[in-house]
Amino acid sequence: MADLSCNVAGIKAPNPFWVASAPPTDKLYNVERAFRAGWGGVVWKTLGIDPPIVNVSSRYGAVHYNGQRMMGFNNLELITDRPLEDNLREIKQIKQDWPDRAVVVSLMVPCTEKDWKYILKKIEDTGCDGVELNFGCPHGMSERGMGSAVGQVPEYIEMVTRWVKECSDLPCLVKLTPNITDICHAARAANAGGADGVSLINTVNSIVSVDLDLMAPEPTIDGKGSHGGYCGPAVKPMALFMVTEIAKDPETNNLPISAIGGISNWRDATEFIVMGAGGVQVCTAVMHYGFKIVDDMIDGLNNWMDEKGYQTLEDFKGAAVKNVKEWQYLNLKYDIKARIDQSTCINCGLCYISCEDASHQAIRETKANGGRHFEVIDDECVGCNLCMFACPVPGCISMERVDSGTEYQNWTTHPNNPMRVDQN
Amino acid sequence: MTTTDIRAGRLSQEQLAENFSDHHPPLNSANAIVESDRCYFCYDAPCIEACPTAIDIPNFIRKISTGNLKGSAKDILTQNIMGGMCARVCPTEILCEGVCVRNTHEEKPVRIGDLQRYATDWFFESGETLFKRGEPTGKRIAIVGGGPAGLSCAHRLAVLGHESVIFEAREKLSGLNEYGIAAYKTVNNFAQREVEFILQIGGIEARTNHVLGRDVKIDDLRNEFDAVFLSIGLGDVNDLGLKSDDPEGVYNAVDIIAELRQAKNLDELPVGRRIVVIGGGNTAIDISVQSKKLGAEDVSLVYRRGAQHMSATWKEQEFAKSNGVNIKYWLSPKSLHSENGHVSGVEFECTKLNSNGKLSGTGESRFMEADVVFKAIGQSMQDTIFSGSDIPEMTKGKIAVNSEFETSLAGVWSGGDCVGSGDDLTVQAVEDGKQAANSIHQKIMQQ
Ligand SMILES: Cc1cc2nc3c(=O)[nH]c(=O)nc-3n(C[C@H](O)[C@H](O)[C@H](O)COP(=O)(O)OP(=O)(O)OC[C@H]3O[C@@H](n4cnc5c(N)ncnc54)[C@H](O)[C@@H]3O)c2cc1C
Ligand SMILES: Cc1cc2nc3c(=O)[nH]c(=O)nc-3n(C[C@H](O)[C@H](O)[C@H](O)COP(=O)(O)O)c2cc1C
Ligand code: SF4
Ligand code: SF4
Ligand code: SF4
Repeated sequence: MADLSCNVAGIKAPNPFWVASAPPTDKLYNVERAFRAGWGGVVWKTLGIDPPIVNVSSRYGAVHYNGQRMMGFNNLELITDRPLEDNLREIKQIKQDWPDRAVVVSLMVPCTEKDWKYILKKIEDTGCDGVELNFGCPHGMSERGMGSAVGQVPEYIEMVTRWVKECSDLPCLVKLTPNITDICHAARAANAGGADGVSLINTVNSIVSVDLDLMAPEPTIDGKGSHGGYCGPAVKPMALFMVTEIAKDPETNNLPISAIGGISNWRDATEFIVMGAGGVQVCTAVMHYGFKIVDDMIDGLNNWMDEKGYQTLEDFKGAAVKNVKEWQYLNLKYDIKARIDQSTCINCGLCYISCEDASHQAIRETKANGGRHFEVIDDECVGCNLCMFACPVPGCISMERVDSGTEYQNWTTHPNNPMRVDQN
Repeated sequence: MTTTDIRAGRLSQEQLAENFSDHHPPLNSANAIVESDRCYFCYDAPCIEACPTAIDIPNFIRKISTGNLKGSAKDILTQNIMGGMCARVCPTEILCEGVCVRNTHEEKPVRIGDLQRYATDWFFESGETLFKRGEPTGKRIAIVGGGPAGLSCAHRLAVLGHESVIFEAREKLSGLNEYGIAAYKTVNNFAQREVEFILQIGGIEARTNHVLGRDVKIDDLRNEFDAVFLSIGLGDVNDLGLKSDDPEGVYNAVDIIAELRQAKNLDELPVGRRIVVIGGGNTAIDISVQSKKLGAEDVSLVYRRGAQHMSATWKEQEFAKSNGVNIKYWLSPKSLHSENGHVSGVEFECTKLNSNGKLSGTGESRFMEADVVFKAIGQSMQDTIFSGSDIPEMTKGKIAVNSEFETSLAGVWSGGDCVGSGDDLTVQAVEDGKQAANSIHQKIMQQ
């Protein structure tokens, strides 16, 4: 049994699986159930200053893809709609009842030092393990100068982070919005402000669909709609990229990361950890299937670590970061070709047409013995992987390495590169 | 006048090998992923409730889809140590798959059994270990009968730190898994591989060729051990209740099935040309199909009630029909005809339910020619086992137990086919053994 305990920015938990700040962490009842199911920590649903906000009815939109429901999910909910004192009392209670689990409190208040000081004083009394500054919420709050309105301006991020660090000793995670051109600027600002770590991503600005009769974006509220925040499996690639960017950036590569975005199982989580995250947070998958999914997360990560001989998360944290290179340093001599396993091929022709119409005309159709037959023309195949992905039969097309494996040349020295550097 | 036609080698060895290969090939990894994605991960899933061993089905299926096969196998085997066998032999259509919510709109349940097989097959191939023997308690339990109930009990006891000795009448362990279940459901010696896996945990001693009532007495076991678990199955076969003695060519289906399972060369087994099977359960289906697969020309399975009354499920009946078995309903055997001491046919009376719902004969009769007749009308408890000892209370011909699987004899528990806990199924026997072990543990740790 491997040791799954984690320490993200000084916040300790028995495992790296935390429930993200959202409806599942909205109150004692849910968080209690989360802990009973085995979650290592929670980030409490974002608190604000009373009076509490109000939410609309019809709050979520979703993208279902190919029979998979909620591949993408969006919401136009705001921060907690419960009175501050109720939340504080329950946070205190849960921390008392579950001292070994991480209880982090997410905060969002107007952009004034006085308000931040006020709320920090209030929550220090709960015994919570840390705070997360919600600079990410893309709707409703940003119009009031909070959430992503702060997160999109690095100077504000730095300023607010500094206020928080000045008046509280609690470990402080800054939650970043992905609705920005370069995530590194936001992460550097948090770092400069003294943040103990960053968490990302919050939701992505989105309109998931349009009702063509009402002529309004969905979800529709009395015939109207608004943009929302997108999350779920669909955003995982963007989140992974942004986490990686921060882990690679010389200015922030030591900044602890709590990764969020489309994480549904142990494998997703592990991908974020090898890209530098110290732990992960999950929202949509819990909203879809309930807290019980953590069983596979814990068990799957543990079994994988046993299999690989890893004892602690530190043994592989960030292990893949060094292999993320800029394009110009990739080996141009590396060469792969598509291989069709004729014994599993169902002769649908999708490999042919994808390559024919969109790639390199590297698949040939022949009529042999009255049947159709598809084969790769090695000389034309550039190894792009398109046919492999288009093929409906898993494993039918694979890519085989055909170069010698000993040669290396990248773009920086390539003859076609007008700005090449001399090799010697 | 016909002459009896019984002979071996009706089919070529190749044909026999094909007929007795895995009748339901396993899922490959691509199909397993696709199938696992069909599971909705239901809340309070009905499939779990329908599984006698309460395997957390949505969880083990989710673990297949995330590639956590070890975790998947562990979820299965912790609840059901014979999860591998059950994946092959459970009538899932009346258990987990019968209640899968995907029946509602699609009539196409998630293939739970096949997925269970996928995960457990992976485990058996992987050489991984899952279970450790508990801290030794110094307690010893005697288990009589090394079938699914006995083995399941022994394994759970080992996990809990107890030692056990299994007294088994036959040469090999695993009961009807080895001597009963149809050959094409459990190919490649799976029953014995599973026994090996179960014994691996340690602390289980198997004494085969030990018959209770002949070689050991229940009183002695009660004196020598901290507890006794009786899991002797049903050793006797019900009789047709006809007046005449059976002529030659009339067999108990279970005996022939056992022979078939142990046969080295299927082409040496004698097979009749025309076969009549009397019964309506699993055993009747299995002997019919296996006879067909051995090359019998004409196999009739005759049942005295209607299709809906058979204990063989609709799927098993369909399976038999698709293998060329002729199922005849509403016929009750009246007499066996013979020529020169060998059976030549069976006379049946047509039956119907009368107005008060009781089965009665209509007076019409039917005659069927047969070279061989198989009796498959159920098994019952052997009564010789308790000779010279205290006899536990019985109910409906089986050993009476309470909800903790305790018999009326102090320190004696019982489970499996020899008690009336549920359907006579492998999975039920496994559950009985597990629950009895938990109960034994509770009791003897208090002493
Ligand atoms: C032909 C046939 C096909 C079947 N097919 C299926 C199927 O497809 N699916 C399914 O779920 N179930 C099937 N069953 C039912 C299933 O096999 C049983 O429910 C299950 O094996 C019961 O387990 P058990 O441990 O209670 O008894 P058994 O498997 O009968 O084991 C009892 C053991 O006790 C031993 N024993 C008996 N008397 C003594 C004694 N005096 N001393 C010592 N040892 C003794 C026996 O040798 C045997 O090993 C089938 C049964 C038969 C007969
Ligand atoms: C309904 C809903 C409400 C959310 N509310 C908050 C919030 O109050 N504070 C916050 O920091 N993030 C909030 N989030 C964002 C999530 O915490 C998380 O960052 C995002 O959903 C991405 O993770 P996922 O792909 O696992 O869902 C919310 C998300 C959803 C779906
Ligand atoms: S999930 Fe619950 S609150 Fe939401 S619409 Fe359905 S019943 Fe209402
Ligand atoms: S896409 Fe795949 S299955 Fe279809 S023809 Fe090509 S190789 Fe065969
Ligand atoms: S009932 Fe069917 S869909 Fe639901 S959890 Fe069970 S197997 Fe999955």
